Amino acid sequence: MTPDAALSIGARRAESPGLWTLAWRRFCRDRVGLVSFLIVVFFFGLMAASGLHLIAADWSKEVGVNFAPPTFVGPAIRDSDPSAPVAAEPPGIRPSVGQGEIEIVDPLAEVLADIRAQSSAASVADAQASTLVFGGDRWGRDVLKKTIKGTETSMFVGLVAAFLAAFLATVFGALAGYYGGWIDDFFNWFYSVFTSIPYLLLILAIAAVLNQKGTLTVILILGLTGWTGIFRLIRAEYLKHKVREYIQAADAIGASHARRMFVHILPNVSHVILVQLSLHVVLFIKSEVVLSFLGFGVGVDTVSWGSMLNEAQSELILGYWWQLVAATIAMALLVTGFSLFTDALRDALDPKLK
Amino acid sequence: MTSVNSADVLIGIRDLKVDFRLDRTTTSQAVKGISFDIPVNSTVALVGESGSGKSVTALAILGLLPKENSTVPAASRILYGDRNLLALAPGDLQKLRGADISMIFQEPMSSLNPVFTVGFQLTEVLTKHLGMTGRQAQVRALELLREVGIPEPETKIDAYPFQLSGGQQQRVMIAIAIACEPKLLIADEPTTALDVTIQKQILELIAALQKRLRMSVLFITHDLALVGEIADYVVVMRDGEIKEQGRVEQIFEAPQDPYTRALLLCRPQLERRPRRLPVIDDFLRPGPPLAGRALEERTRGLRGDEDIILEVRHLGKSFYSREGLFGKREFKAVKDVSFKVARGKTLGIVGESGSGKTTVALTLLRLRGESSGEALFDGKDLLAIPPKEMMLYKRRIQIVFQNPYASLNPRFTIGQLLMEPLQVHRIGASESERRDRVYKLLEEVGLPEVSFFKYPHEFSGGQRQRIAIARCLTMKPEVLVCDEAVSALDVSVQAQVLNLLQDLQDEHHMSYIFISHDLAVVKYMADQVMVMNEGEVVEVANSDDIYRNPQHPYTKKLLSSIPQGWRRESPAP
Repeated sequence: MTPDAALSIGARRAESPGLWTLAWRRFCRDRVGLVSFLIVVFFFGLMAASGLHLIAADWSKEVGVNFAPPTFVGPAIRDSDPSAPVAAEPPGIRPSVGQGEIEIVDPLAEVLADIRAQSSAASVADAQASTLVFGGDRWGRDVLKKTIKGTETSMFVGLVAAFLAAFLATVFGALAGYYGGWIDDFFNWFYSVFTSIPYLLLILAIAAVLNQKGTLTVILILGLTGWTGIFRLIRAEYLKHKVREYIQAADAIGASHARRMFVHILPNVSHVILVQLSLHVVLFIKSEVVLSFLGFGVGVDTVSWGSMLNEAQSELILGYWWQLVAATIAMALLVTGFSLFTDALRDALDPKLK
Repeated sequence: MTSVNSADVLIGIRDLKVDFRLDRTTTSQAVKGISFDIPVNSTVALVGESGSGKSVTALAILGLLPKENSTVPAASRILYGDRNLLALAPGDLQKLRGADISMIFQEPMSSLNPVFTVGFQLTEVLTKHLGMTGRQAQVRALELLREVGIPEPETKIDAYPFQLSGGQQQRVMIAIAIACEPKLLIADEPTTALDVTIQKQILELIAALQKRLRMSVLFITHDLALVGEIADYVVVMRDGEIKEQGRVEQIFEAPQDPYTRALLLCRPQLERRPRRLPVIDDFLRPGPPLAGRALEERTRGLRGDEDIILEVRHLGKSFYSREGLFGKREFKAVKDVSFKVARGKTLGIVGESGSGKTTVALTLLRLRGESSGEALFDGKDLLAIPPKEMMLYKRRIQIVFQNPYASLNPRFTIGQLLMEPLQVHRIGASESERRDRVYKLLEEVGLPEVSFFKYPHEFSGGQRQRIAIARCLTMKPEVLVCDEAVSALDVSVQAQVLNLLQDLQDEHHMSYIFISHDLAVVKYMADQVMVMNEGEVVEVANSDDIYRNPQHPYTKKLLSSIPQGWRRESPAP
């Protein structure tokens, strides 16, 4: 081949779109899909930046006063009064001098006054803000930063758990669908056992067995229980593909079973896996929230949307709504964005479905 | 059709254009301004290859074009009496459909609703369109089933579609279509999915009904030979344009357009066997299509002293289906089949669907699991050797599948597809040597080098089949099984692929097992022909002998079903 010919082949090569390129082009034509894709990308950026400690690294610092309201609401009236901490003291133990009764001398009064003076001095030094961008929580931590950190935790859990579930489902589904026979029977039996237990009960049972609170536990719980739906689909796809002519052709040229399973069939079912993966990311993010809300989720030293919502239930009664709203908005935005993205992805990857 | 008196025109199509919108920016013209007439009480055949716009024309007449992505310019008209069907209100059009114009489709199984009985689907049309009562409809349905030649209509009226054979299903579809005694019956490839013997029956039925009911038939097909027997007028379409139209004898005896001539001659003929088949391009360039050696007759047949490369003895293959808890039912797909394949020669296997011809091929390559009997390849029994040893023989016996759209992995580039067998069998010393080999093979099957980087979806059916052939050739096999390898291709492309296969055999001295339901193609390709029916070998003989002097009644029946085209001695009705 002359260099010229090689060049022209190279140039022509770029013009030749693969199926993935064609799918991407179809995707770009979907406006809703593109917007939701940008939302998802934004959240991924947020997660990455937070994970690398670029933003919200100091989320646990108590930067504001307790329950500091959002800036756009303005500071609470009691916070504008410097003697507020005193006012917060229950009136019952206050000495009522004016009523002419026996004067009770508080033996700790001097010590308390000292502590109060110190703490107010410290808070002045820390310059505890009276308002924060999106308010503060019980300890005066910035809710915005907390939400960003919670986004990181929740998305991380959702993604890793979805990958774990999809991986298990793909391996099981490929083996069951491709080989059939007793292998298929075994996996189906395994699947039936898993799905016969009520979902929440299964999650709680595994949580009890693992008996350790933490992000890893949540990921394991969700990943080990969530593979069943994807397994069913992958198995069906493999059943369908293994009798196709191109697999017979691969058999005829002498391709091994593993090669047929993972080099030939897998790319042809990968769109199913991809769509299921993103569906399950959404599902697992929601599940993590539920788990953390119920107290089976991440540990006390980490924050997630679920733990935020858990705190919010007691705050809401007192009228501190911002933590609830922050976590809800973030979650709603990501879940909606991700779901629409998944829809667009499915349309792009499988145009026959339309 | 200028000869037709305007009073006799049932439907006149004037300057019909149909555009399909593919996406926001691209549209494709499926039909580019065609005009023709469908006269009263006659059969018009619309002939063309895939993508010629013939089915789109039929859908336009029925008003069934997809609304969301098709546009018909206002200048186009389809005249039915004094009405323009394209401008008709949807309600009026729906009244017309079924009552005045009806249609039968290619796939009878998917056109019938599987969950309703035949009788229900038939009476539904009668009660809805003709306003019959249930009893009247029942009586009329029985009459109709009898009219289309369904055996025992009294019992079959309560049958579900799956309980009928393909031919019977198509008869039911025809019964539904003629239920309201339409003025025009549109038949879109009504016999393409059926076996030859059934095809003949259905064609005869349509011709008889056309005469008896005095209706017009628009017969759409890709097979010009088929329409010679039943059509009065022929319209030849290509790429959305009409190439030629006229009376059937004119088209067959004195075709004016080179494309029509090509369609008539690209198909292998039973009487002649030239060294090469003419292809479309031969007709489109000036001068005679073929000259010199290409026109010479090729002699086929075995003398009996040839070197035998593959000998199959008492091959049997059964499939089992579970029945009850522990029982299983045996279905014998192939029963006691024995044959020999000579080195460098072609064995043709013909038979109808379900005859077991494909199962024979797949069993030979061990693509179908357990089987009985033996297949001696160079003295080794392919069916008994362990899988590891089989790898050596997989190189030597290869297969080309029927559907080139399904047999290439859509996620692989052509390069990957062709490199894979070389990698699996460790042929060639290095990656670059393998690549050179693949480039050479691409050239050999007539594809440009850039194909290496392309994906299968960028190629047409004929090109894909070339790729599939090239993939087999990478291993330099000694026996190549072609399982209906040209059946899914258009007539013109079919000729190209047949020529390619013949050239390869001449050059590499390969043996072919050529499986097809198309008797003319097998006659052209094969030295020896084996006729199969219901899993058994009916007859084996040299191809010239079997076509000249068939012994078995089934072979005779099969041969008499081949469409003959138009004959002067039996003029069209």
